[in-house]
Amino acid sequence: MSSVLVLAEQSHGHLRKASLAALSAGRELAKRTGGKVSALVLGKGAGPAAEALAALGAEVRLADAPVLEHYLAEAYSPVVAEAARAAGATWLVAAATAQGKDLLPRAAAKLGAACATDVLGFGGQGASVLLRRPMWAGNVVAEVELTTPVKAFTIRPTEFPPPAQGAGGGVSPFPVSLDPASLRTRFVEFQEVKSERPELTEARVVVSGGRGTKGDFKEIEALADALGAAVGASRAAVDAGWVPNDWQVGQTGKVVAPELYIAAGISGAIQHVAGMKGAKVIVAVNKDPEAPIFQIADYGLVGDLFKILPELRERVKAAK
Amino acid sequence: MPLKILVTAKRVEDPESKIKVRPDGSGIVTEGVNYKMNPFDEIAVEEALRLKEKHGGEVVVASIGTDKSATEIRSALAMGADRGVLVRHDGPLDPVVVSAVLQKVVEQEKPDLVVLGKQSIDDDQNQTGQWLAERLGWPQATFASKKESLESEAEQKKQPGLGLAGDGKVLRVTREVDGGVETIDVALPAVVTTDLRLNKPRFASLPGIMKAKKKEVREVAAAALGVDLAPRVVVRRLEEPPKRKGGVRVADVAELWAKLHGEAKVL
Ligand SMILES: Cc1cc2nc3c(=O)[nH]c(=O)nc-3n(C[C@H](O)[C@H](O)[C@H](O)COP(=O)(O)OP(=O)(O)OC[C@H]3O[C@@H](n4cnc5c(N)ncnc54)[C@H](O)[C@@H]3O)c2cc1C
Ligand SMILES: Nc1ncnc2c1ncn2[C@@H]1O[C@H](COP(=O)(O)O)[C@@H](O)[C@H]1O
Repeated sequence: MSSVLVLAEQSHGHLRKASLAALSAGRELAKRTGGKVSALVLGKGAGPAAEALAALGAEVRLADAPVLEHYLAEAYSPVVAEAARAAGATWLVAAATAQGKDLLPRAAAKLGAACATDVLGFGGQGASVLLRRPMWAGNVVAEVELTTPVKAFTIRPTEFPPPAQGAGGGVSPFPVSLDPASLRTRFVEFQEVKSERPELTEARVVVSGGRGTKGDFKEIEALADALGAAVGASRAAVDAGWVPNDWQVGQTGKVVAPELYIAAGISGAIQHVAGMKGAKVIVAVNKDPEAPIFQIADYGLVGDLFKILPELRERVKAAK
Repeated sequence: MPLKILVTAKRVEDPESKIKVRPDGSGIVTEGVNYKMNPFDEIAVEEALRLKEKHGGEVVVASIGTDKSATEIRSALAMGADRGVLVRHDGPLDPVVVSAVLQKVVEQEKPDLVVLGKQSIDDDQNQTGQWLAERLGWPQATFASKKESLESEAEQKKQPGLGLAGDGKVLRVTREVDGGVETIDVALPAVVTTDLRLNKPRFASLPGIMKAKKKEVREVAAAALGVDLAPRVVVRRLEEPPKRKGGVRVADVAELWAKLHGEAKVL
C-alpha cells in the first residue's frame, strides 16, 4: 500500500492555491496506487494554513517552530524528511512553485527518492505508475518511472483541479528538533513585488507584453486593470529590466492557464509558448503577420499594440 | 580571498533547434539538431569568471557525457575557465546520477563554491544543484539573480551578482522567487544555481579560443568513480503533446470583441 505525503506551501498562515492542486494530485495518486494521503505544513505561525487543508478532509501534520520562520531549503528539508519517515511515506508530492522546486529535490535526496519535476498527470496503476512530464520546453511529453523505493515529484498546478471536499480531516503537531545554530544559510530580506492585481498563475485573464512594447507597459497594464487581469511578460521584456522577474511566463518562468491570454508584442518563441499554451483562449496582437504566435492564437490581430490595446480597453469599459 | 570554483557545462540541444519525437517514442530525432552548452550553464561560467576576476582563484569546468561533451568544456575554457574535467559516460543520466558523479568530482577538486545552471533545457528537471548540495551537506542558493537589471551599469562593468562577505567565508545571493526577490547568505562551501538575470554571458574571443586548445582537460570514466550509474528516473516513452490549432485572424478590434464576447464568451 502506498502512503502519499503532500507538502503544502503557505506564507503568513495563508495556504497557497498551488498546494490545493498538489493535494488533488496526491489523492489521485493514492487512488491509483491503493494508498492513503496525508499532508505536511511547515512554517512559524502556519496553523491557519493547516486548518484550511484539514477543512478539505486532509490529515495534516503541522511543523510550527521559530526556526521555520523564513523558508530555507537547509532548514525545511530535514523536517520534511523526518516527517516523511514518520508517516512511512512512499511518495512525496509538492507544487512546482519556486519553493517546491528548491525544497523537494533536497528533501528527496535525504530519502534517496528519485524525483520528477512539473508532473502533468499519471499513467498506469499500482507500484509502477508512470508520471507524465514535459521536457524540451514542452515540445515533448515523457512518461517516466521512478525506480527508487520512495519517490517524489512536483506537479504543475494548472493541470490538476481543486480538491473535492472530504471528511475526517484534522491537524496534529509535528515536533521540530532542528538546532538553528546548525544552519549555514541565513535569510536576509525579501523584496516583495506588491500588486493589487490577481496572482499571475491564478488569474482568469492574463495580459502579457514583450519586446514589442519597447519598454512601455502602460497600455498592457491599463488593459489588464480594465479586465481585472494579471500582467505577464516575455523573457525579453524581463531581461531588459522593464518589468519584475516574477512576471516572466514560459519554460523557465511561470506556467499559466487562464481562460484568456492576450499576448501583445510577443513573437511566440517556443520557450514563451511553453508557459501559456494551456490557456483556454489565446489572443495575439502583433504587427508582424508572420509572427509564430499567430500559429497558436485562437484570435490573431495584426497591428500596432499601442493602437489596438486602447481600443480594446474602450470596448471593455463600454460593456461594463 | 581567492576562490576555487567548480562550474558545470552540460551538452544540450540548441534551444533554437526544432525538437521532434521519433515515431516509436524512444527518443528525439537528433539528425539536423545542433548542440551547445546549456544556456544556464553559460551564465554559471560567466559568474564564476567574474568572481575570479574580482577575487582571484581558479575556475574548473566539469561535464558528464560522451566524448562530445568535450566541446562544451572547450567552450567554457574559451570563455576563460582554467581547466576541465570530462566525466565520460554513454547512457541515460538523471539528477540522482549526475549529482552522485559531481559529488566525486567535488571530493577530488575541493572547490569553495559549485555553480550550476538552475535547469537543463533538455530534461527541464531543475534538481541537480539541490541534490548535490544535500549530498555534500552544503547550503544551497538556487535561482541566483541580482537586483541590478541586465541593462545596469553594474552589468556593463561585469560585476559579479554573487557577493562575497564575512572575510570571504559567506556568499550573499539574491534569488528569483515567487512574488519578488529574496536575499540569503550561505556559508562557503556552498552550491549555487543560476537564473536568467544573473548576468549576460560573454562570447569567447578568438585568442580565448586559441588558448582553450592548450588548457588541461582531465578525463575520467564515470564507471571508475564508484557510484551507482543506474538511472532512477527512467524515461519509458516520449510523445509530442497535442498541437494547439491556430485559429482565425480578425480584422479589427470590433471583430475581436465580438469573438471574445459573443463566440468564446471569455469577456
Ligand atoms: C534557456 C532559455 C530560456 C528561455 N525562457 C523563456 C521564458 O521562460 N519565457 C520567454 O518568454 N522566453 C524565454 N526565452 C526567450 C525566448 O527564446 C525569446 O527570445 C523571447 O520569448 C522573445 O521575447 P519577445 O517575444 O518579447 O521578443 P521578440 O521575439 O523580439 O518579439 C517581439 C515581437 O513584438 C512585435 N512588435 C514590435 N513592435 C510592435 C508593436 N508596436 N505592436 C505589436 N507588435 C509589435 C514584433 O513583430 C515581434 O514579433 C528563453 C530562451 C532561452 C535560451
Ligand atoms: N550531464 C551533465 N553534465 C554537467 N552538468 C550537468 C549535467 N546534467 C546536469 N548538469 C548541471 O545541473 C544543472 C541542472 O540540471 P537539471 O537538474 O537536469 O535540470 C544544469 O544546468 C547543469 O549545470
